[in-house]
Amino acid sequence: MSDTTRKIGLFGLVALLILGTGIVQSWNSALLILNMGLISAIMALGLNLQWGFAGLFNVGVMGFVALGGLAAVLVSMPPVPAAWSAGGLRVILGLLAGAAVIVAAAQVVNRMKRFRIPAMIAVLVAGFFLYRWIFDGGVAAVEAVNPASEGYLGGLGLPVLLAWPVGGLLAAGAAWIIGKTALGLRSDYLAIATLGIAEIVVAVMKNEDWLARGVKNVSGLPRPVPYEIDLQNAPEFTERAASLGFDPVTASTLWVKLLYAGLFAVVLAILLILAQRALHSPWGRMMRAIRDNETAAEAMGKDVTGRHLQIFILGSAICGIAGAMMTTLDGQLTPGTYQPLRFTFLIWVMVIVGGSGNNFGAVLGGMLIWFAWVQVEPLGRWLLELLTSSMSEGPLKAHLLDSAAHMRLLTMGILMLVVLRFSPRGLIPER
Amino acid sequence: MDLMNAIVALTNFVLIPGIAYGSQLAIGALGVTMVYGILRFSNFAHGDTMAFGTMITILATWGLQAAGITAGPLPTALLALPIGIAATAILVLTTDRLVYRFYREVRAKPVILVIVSIGVMFVMNGIVRFVIGPDDQNFADGERFLVTAREFKAWSGLEEGLAIKSTQVLTVVTAVIVVALLFWFLNRTRTGKSMRAYSDNEDLALLSGINPERVVLVTWLIVAALATVAGVLYGLDKSFKPFTYFQLLLPIFAAAIVGGLGSPLGAIAGGFVIAFSEVFVTYAWKKVLAYSLPEPLEPSGLVQLLSTDYKFAVSFIILLVVLLFRPTGLFRGKSV
Repeated sequence: MSDTTRKIGLFGLVALLILGTGIVQSWNSALLILNMGLISAIMALGLNLQWGFAGLFNVGVMGFVALGGLAAVLVSMPPVPAAWSAGGLRVILGLLAGAAVIVAAAQVVNRMKRFRIPAMIAVLVAGFFLYRWIFDGGVAAVEAVNPASEGYLGGLGLPVLLAWPVGGLLAAGAAWIIGKTALGLRSDYLAIATLGIAEIVVAVMKNEDWLARGVKNVSGLPRPVPYEIDLQNAPEFTERAASLGFDPVTASTLWVKLLYAGLFAVVLAILLILAQRALHSPWGRMMRAIRDNETAAEAMGKDVTGRHLQIFILGSAICGIAGAMMTTLDGQLTPGTYQPLRFTFLIWVMVIVGGSGNNFGAVLGGMLIWFAWVQVEPLGRWLLELLTSSMSEGPLKAHLLDSAAHMRLLTMGILMLVVLRFSPRGLIPER
Repeated sequence: MDLMNAIVALTNFVLIPGIAYGSQLAIGALGVTMVYGILRFSNFAHGDTMAFGTMITILATWGLQAAGITAGPLPTALLALPIGIAATAILVLTTDRLVYRFYREVRAKPVILVIVSIGVMFVMNGIVRFVIGPDDQNFADGERFLVTAREFKAWSGLEEGLAIKSTQVLTVVTAVIVVALLFWFLNRTRTGKSMRAYSDNEDLALLSGINPERVVLVTWLIVAALATVAGVLYGLDKSFKPFTYFQLLLPIFAAAIVGGLGSPLGAIAGGFVIAFSEVFVTYAWKKVLAYSLPEPLEPSGLVQLLSTDYKFAVSFIILLVVLLFRPTGLFRGKSV
């Protein structure tokens, strides 16, 4: 079987699975799977850039995805003028003071000859109290503004589509900071560092209510597509739906999801083309050369750390874009739902199963694993019901049926282990 | 008298919790460092191994309680601990046989083993949630306090109380016993010495006739025991929740790396460094300062440097600082 037929066959399988969902379950859930599958494919593409191209072990995907989500709020939500006048400037000033303290501490270390470390600690401690003094007052004022529905600074009120590139930029900025400190270290250390950063990003988003309302969530984000209710009230739309044999409510929900799918597919296509071009360019070959033998590449005059930083930022930016897209699709930012198992390690399963080092593999893995992740739960419940059907009613049976939801972790783990063992290059291997 | 009050408050809220948490992290980090030293990879499944061992111990505790067997003033979980360790040992040995051994034989790169351990983490996480569910479980019983705050106040006549939970004492005592046993084993027994030799130089150890499979087997047995003990102690002191155990991975790895990966002594030191800095930074110092400073200097706020939600940030920043200035850790671990 040639490479192309294999690709077509596997992507055809994914299409069949999604179409099958539409026929057996409902078109609504099929489109839901498709939309999140497209987003997952983009995340997998980003991680594949880092792991597949460069061999960078990033287990902080969740953090970059969350930053993308934050960007969606910061760009698209309308600003809250009352909060800005209450303490917005003070918050900004506090953050600037914090940054200034760090710069000052760095200067002290670089410039002073003696007593560098004590001086740095003194600057940091004094600066910390100054920062907290300015910052805390501002935060308290902002969070006191109409806390039930606002209590944060709001966003810029710009179109939400703009948030997608901004999400990428935000993630890229974070990746630059992490990369600068952690990329020179060994792979295990980079893993722990990214794991930690991701936890910190989510902790900040959960606790800094002035930024995006923390665990109180921001909902009602503006949408790039029309609202269902508007479509249902538009005569042209209902007429066309009727002529196709749909009732207006179903037609409007399907149409909105189709529009999202179209938008996501465009982004995925652009990123996929770019990634393919990068892979087959001299730059991509250099990346793989560095991955396969760092010492040799360095001896050939390649700037290993610099290239690693570059690709780490690029991959993280793609994850940020995907994160912004996901928050746009959900229409709300819920920091409590960012779980490392779902947003970091599941993406790893996608890349490994799809085929690391191959962009099409990553995309396929994203779609296929997302489908499996969604469908394993009903399948597991069905299986358990079948297994327990002969059992008498009792706590054990109830417990087993309750636990069906946790089957997906088990399945994903076993799937990943089996692929790693018997087909370590994935479904669509790197050429 | 005020100074005494300050010292008591400090002991009550910072020192004692710090020592207990530090012991738990130290035992966890010892497990990570053992896997790293002998098997040469960072085991991401360690948190979930701890969760599995604790889960079995909890189930056995419930069984013992139902049968009317308790340990008197001590938690029943102590009686159930051997069962937990045995079950965890079976689990990790099966995992090694089914999963890790293949990669050892083909001499896969360490990073592949790390990815494999992520797969194992998924499976173990799934098993734990499947059996006991994702919710909080509290399984501590027996005497709750060794010294209660009220008794201490009556005894000393101070305003501040000092409470010592029995689980905290238990944690420290168990930790001392476990660490003493481990060091005796590694330094005094033939098997322990062969393990250290294998860790220092694999090829040389093989040439000297050390059986690698036996070393690996013993390592996994020790790791299973350490993980279960750490998990049960943490669960007794706080409570058991699968997701919390997964999150413990970060401070545990931070402890192991700060101490120097592969160095047992470093793991213990790292555990205490991480635990104390977390408690120090997230404790609200108002009370202590109010006692120790003269009246006009008394702080108005809570004087909490960081909210407790940022405790991960603390272990992380310490980790970064150590890695940047002393990449092999405090005790000169391996740097492969």
